[in-house]
Amino acid sequence: MGMIGQHLLNGLMQGTIYGLVAMGFTIFFGVMNVIKFSHGDVLTLGAFGGLVAVWAANALGLSVPLQFIVALCVAMALTAVVGAGISHFLIMPLRNAPPLNMLLMTMMVGTAIREAIRLFFPNGTNPQRFPELLPAGGFNIGPSFFRTDAIILIIAGAASIGAVYWIINHSKFGLAMRAVAEDTETARVMGINFGRIIPLTFALGSITAGFAGMIYALYYSEINYSMGLLLAVIGFTAAIVGGLGNIWGAIIGGYLFAGLQTFVVAAMPSMSDYKNVFAFVLIIVLITWRPTGLLAERGSERV
Amino acid sequence: MTPTSRTLARGPVWPLFVAVAFAAVALTALVLIENQKLLGAALAITAAVCFCAARFGGVAATEVAASENPWLLRGLLTLASLAVIFVLRDDNFGLLMLATVLIYATICLGLTVQMGYAGLTNFAAAAFAGTGGYTAAMLGQQGGLPDALVLVCGGLVAVFIGSLLILPVLRTRGHYGALTTMAFGVMFNVFLDANDFFGGPQGLKLPGINLFGWDFTNDIHIFGLVLSSYVNYVILTGILTALAMIFVGLLDRSWVGVWFDVVRLDETAASVFGLKIAYWKVLAFTLGNFLAGLMGAVYAKMTGFIAPANFTFGDSLVMVSIVILGGIGNRWGVLPAALIVVLLPEKLQFIQEYRLIFYAVLVIAILTMRPDGLVARRVRKLHTEASA
Repeated sequence: MGMIGQHLLNGLMQGTIYGLVAMGFTIFFGVMNVIKFSHGDVLTLGAFGGLVAVWAANALGLSVPLQFIVALCVAMALTAVVGAGISHFLIMPLRNAPPLNMLLMTMMVGTAIREAIRLFFPNGTNPQRFPELLPAGGFNIGPSFFRTDAIILIIAGAASIGAVYWIINHSKFGLAMRAVAEDTETARVMGINFGRIIPLTFALGSITAGFAGMIYALYYSEINYSMGLLLAVIGFTAAIVGGLGNIWGAIIGGYLFAGLQTFVVAAMPSMSDYKNVFAFVLIIVLITWRPTGLLAERGSERV
Repeated sequence: MTPTSRTLARGPVWPLFVAVAFAAVALTALVLIENQKLLGAALAITAAVCFCAARFGGVAATEVAASENPWLLRGLLTLASLAVIFVLRDDNFGLLMLATVLIYATICLGLTVQMGYAGLTNFAAAAFAGTGGYTAAMLGQQGGLPDALVLVCGGLVAVFIGSLLILPVLRTRGHYGALTTMAFGVMFNVFLDANDFFGGPQGLKLPGINLFGWDFTNDIHIFGLVLSSYVNYVILTGILTALAMIFVGLLDRSWVGVWFDVVRLDETAASVFGLKIAYWKVLAFTLGNFLAGLMGAVYAKMTGFIAPANFTFGDSLVMVSIVILGGIGNRWGVLPAALIVVLLPEKLQFIQEYRLIFYAVLVIAILTMRPDGLVARRVRKLHTEASA
């Protein structure tokens, strides 16, 4: 029975990461109608940026909490700049192209980032150990053991989801963003600076990826160049299952996917290698049942 | 794509000869030259000639000549292929690369039917090819079945696995549709990696092809010449590519091709005109998967070895890239695109390690600067004869 708490915590942790990634997908889709598949690799980039920052801060002799703050800031700043750059130089010029071209383009941007990390990061082919910056240890509730850092990370992840939700729904920038998403032409007529909102939106979405990357790195204490690919596929899946463009759908989708994986691991430990197979099969079945996601997009086809 | 028009004046035939001869010489040179500087020069010359031909109407003239003399084109291509094979007769590595290019091109022809004609997104082409390859490997272990049947079974099993995906593919569209195949592609790999029955990450070994007593592992002795055993594979893949090319061409020129176009461009209009959208989508999906499975089986037999790492999601992406690079929906564009994507990284040693980043940058450049691909698909002219 002691394992149940463990599985629960693990599932919550993964769900938070998936939800954060899915939220990025859904923000990009809501505003620009694009799937930015390089999202997962931007996440990897954030984690590696954080790692370099920790090394640098360590060399400068900063204390551990300061190292943590520096790493977090660097990861988020790096992903924000890269996300805005990708949107400005690669996605905007192609925004009238067929969706397939856009999807392929962003997949290739992701491949370029992934390969660049593998080739140009020192010893990039091998997994890198990420230092433990959060307090170690934990506590027992009944027979279950809870890691302190995991609790902190889950709370931080949930808080960041809440923060992004607040920005989108209650800030002036969020209002402008939703206006652009609703109707670009009208938004521009109303004096919204389209050319600034788009990169900022992509920066916001990418910051969530940077944050998720740091959570991943701190929780698993290990990062590698290809971790973003599976996270992107899972995040995209979660966003789709929730219904693209719907923030809550993305978060539900993220926790649902993590729940499916955890269920397989918990119920059939011998089949844990197949957890992604089961999860994907269920997702395919789910998408067949609800072809536009659980919280479906509204709107009918006009002839 | 224009049907032979009797009312228009016939263009000169010579551009066709020049084009085929040039393609053959360029191909042979690219395969044979080892010296990196010479290779770079050859590539530059090829690119320059292609650019000039496109700029000064050479390509257009060739297209006219080709569409007016389809049998001459086929004959010339056969002759040129035989000449290339003859020159490369004892270059094992070069022949293996050529066969690989042909296999990729044929799989991408299937993708062209799916994505270019019927508008279905398929991000699992490599998984379907892998299905065919694993079928060949499993049947090879059992033994008893002639290889011709084994290859066809590879295609059929891919079709069967694909048919499990038909419902989700039919019900979803756009990005949601991309997800189903993507999930399947990733799942295929995770499953094989975890499964011991199919050899796990180490994969399986399988013997070469033996078609009706024609043993592919032996060198060919003909007219006192010795041809490498890989010539067998180049001939087989060449024949299969040619058949697929002709078949896809006929499909495109027939009413079926028009219906595919209507289904892709406007489903609502298609259903208003009484087309059964589901029927045509299933047909395109099935055809594409059959080609992928068949060629996957040939590939596995040729390399004598199959492992999950050969059929990753990344490989599916490479195949989609070939289709986009060549010009989506244009079956001729697939050949140069497959050549660039498969052959170039093998030949240019300095990009071996950087091959994926090379693909990525290449595709990004093509998509930003030439979104219709190298050879854009022509708009169909349905009424040339009626209006002329």
